[in-house]
Amino acid sequence: MVPISWYLILSAILFSIGVAAFLIKRNIITVFMSIELMLNAVNLTFVAFAQQWHVISGQIFVFFVMVVAAAESAVGLAIIIAVFRARSTLNVDQVDVMKL
Amino acid sequence: MTDLHLWLIPLVPVAGFLVNGLFGRRFPKALVTAVAIVAAAVPMLQVASIVYRFSSLTRPFIESHGTWIAAGAFHASFAFQLDQLSMVMLCVVTGVGFLIHVYSIGYMGEEEGYWRFFAYMNLFLFFMLTLVLSANFLLMFVGWEGVGLASYLLIGFYYTRDSASNAGKKAFLYNRVGDVGFLLAMFLLIAHFGTLNFSDVFGAIGSNPAMHGGILTAIGLLLLLGAVGKSAQIPLYVWLPDAMEGPTPVSALIHAATMVTAGVYMIARAHIIYDRSAIALLTVASIGTATALLAATMGMMQNDIKRVLAYSTVSQLGYMFLGCGVAAYSAGVFHLVTHAFFKALLFLAAGSVIHTLGGEQDMRAMGGLRTKIPVTFWTMTAAVFAISGFPPLCGFVSKDEILYQAFVHSEAGKVFWAVGLLTAGLTSFYMFRLWYMTFFGESRAVAYEEAAVHARHDTKLTLEAEHAHHVHESPKSMLVPMTILAILCVIAGGLGWPEGLGGTNWFSHFLAPAVSGAHLQYEPVRVALATGGIGASATNQAPAPANNLEIILAIVSTLVALSGWCAAHLMYYKRRDLPARLTARFHAIYSLVFNKYWVDEIYGALVVAPVLFIARWVLAALVDRGVIDGGGLLAGCTAQGFGSLAARIQSGNIRSYAGWLAAFAALLLVAVYFGWTTHFGIR
Repeated sequence: MVPISWYLILSAILFSIGVAAFLIKRNIITVFMSIELMLNAVNLTFVAFAQQWHVISGQIFVFFVMVVAAAESAVGLAIIIAVFRARSTLNVDQVDVMKL
Repeated sequence: MTDLHLWLIPLVPVAGFLVNGLFGRRFPKALVTAVAIVAAAVPMLQVASIVYRFSSLTRPFIESHGTWIAAGAFHASFAFQLDQLSMVMLCVVTGVGFLIHVYSIGYMGEEEGYWRFFAYMNLFLFFMLTLVLSANFLLMFVGWEGVGLASYLLIGFYYTRDSASNAGKKAFLYNRVGDVGFLLAMFLLIAHFGTLNFSDVFGAIGSNPAMHGGILTAIGLLLLLGAVGKSAQIPLYVWLPDAMEGPTPVSALIHAATMVTAGVYMIARAHIIYDRSAIALLTVASIGTATALLAATMGMMQNDIKRVLAYSTVSQLGYMFLGCGVAAYSAGVFHLVTHAFFKALLFLAAGSVIHTLGGEQDMRAMGGLRTKIPVTFWTMTAAVFAISGFPPLCGFVSKDEILYQAFVHSEAGKVFWAVGLLTAGLTSFYMFRLWYMTFFGESRAVAYEEAAVHARHDTKLTLEAEHAHHVHESPKSMLVPMTILAILCVIAGGLGWPEGLGGTNWFSHFLAPAVSGAHLQYEPVRVALATGGIGASATNQAPAPANNLEIILAIVSTLVALSGWCAAHLMYYKRRDLPARLTARFHAIYSLVFNKYWVDEIYGALVVAPVLFIARWVLAALVDRGVIDGGGLLAGCTAQGFGSLAARIQSGNIRSYAGWLAAFAALLLVAVYFGWTTHFGIR
């Protein structure tokens, strides 16, 4: 049996990669993908703990996260298309009009 | 007794005020008139009926209409009190008030704001009647403040005129100074007696013969400060001459006959306090005498007919204070009554003259009116002779009573008597000066007409009207009240004809139950007035033997009045050049008196200028603009500064948002890991 710490370490590594990619990457699609990566890192934690403690709610929670992520990517991609149409760019640094 | 319905007396005028004040603008003039006159007539009729039935009241009748303030042991109620003193005041206020309402129909007939005028007049009657009817100091204070308000509104009646609205403010502010004294006196009364009811306070003092001076002196002096403000005595008299900016009926009703006598009424009402404090009493007499003399000298030099009368009012109020100050309260109140008659008449006659001349108030522009307006002339003549103190008119009787009482009161009283006598001479002089300048000689009105058109911008009639104006007698609604008052001037003296001159002095016997303190000493047998009405009690009095001293004093004061007349006759009738030569000769004195001793200017420099300085530079500039505005500004700037710092976080750059989020999430993680957050309840 693989100890839970391995899962957690893997999850932390995945999450950190997601955060780092979110902060570093300028392409909006890549940023979007890094969000998915963070979500899945968290999902991995949920599943690992559910397995460890034999509690089903963790696994159910993962389904919810997946559903919401699917919905979010549908909306998010639509927004990205709209942004691209309006500004002809996918660079997030150039989409910064929402400020004082 | 319980069906007196005293509450109706003040409430009917306030109903008139409400009706005219709320709807008068849309009413036709006749309806406004009807409402106002009815509201003034009903209280008069009720007072007449009450006086007819209850003039022989031996104890005050108190009518209470529920509690107003109940705080711990302190109670104040809406209570009205009827005794001889309030009966006298009620008669004066409603009687003279009604006559002046009638007069105003004619005088104010052409004015803008006719309805407003009558609404204010009814409001004044309401507060004045509350003042004289109240059975405790607190309700009296309500009336006291209310008449001040009505006075303010009516002085500033021609509110488009700067001088009028300023005069209104001046009157109100000077009254405030006095009100401080009244308020402090009430606080002292509450602290020491726990009540403000007349009967309780005076009863407590009366049942404790050992109580003298001390706290009573303090209360007496503070009440006196209130009276001085309201009754225009030194040092707070300066508002009254300026109050002449109001319409003439207002001057007659408020600033001569009723409101300004409220101070005298209060002193007479609180006479038990003054009886127990020699210092307070002496102060009252000194202030009264000084005011009488000073105001009389100022009255001699004025050229505005209403201002002469205003200074004369101040001077006559001084006589009333003198009367009260020598513990002859009934004499003071009697002078109040006669003064209400003759001074109201003088003002109404002066108003008639002004009306006739189309708004001209300068006596130098008058003259020769004797034959043109005979009714005004004859009624005014009666008043002039009355105020100058010629027997048997009413002014002679009341003034002489005061002077006699002052003479027999004490050694200091002889000084008061001498000054009062001198003042009587001056009074006679300036009243006959007014009389000659207004009614005798050749008419100077035409010569002044041209000058007036250029010089006067503040006349209430338009210049075109002034051009077209012909000198004619005033309408009947003005002449009838004047005639009634003139008759009263002539006969009212009989009410208080002194015993020393073979009379009965019915008035002082009538008033004795209400102001008995002083009379107890030298009238061991106070005749019970329990039987019958006015006539019956008068006939019960056996005429006292004529008193030589009183006769001598009466002759002396008549001679003094006569000499004042002669001087005026000489200077303003026989030899018109004399005044000019005298002023040239005694220029320093003349300019001192003509400028009213620069009292206004001194007050301006000593009080108004420092107050303005503090207001402008300390309060407005430093406190208001510096501390208060500055505090607000500081708070705003601080918020703005922090805001602009925080706003830089909102860059619009999504990666920087994410960076902040990640950084603080990491920080939180570290904090939780090391257990730093347990203090905040976060695990």
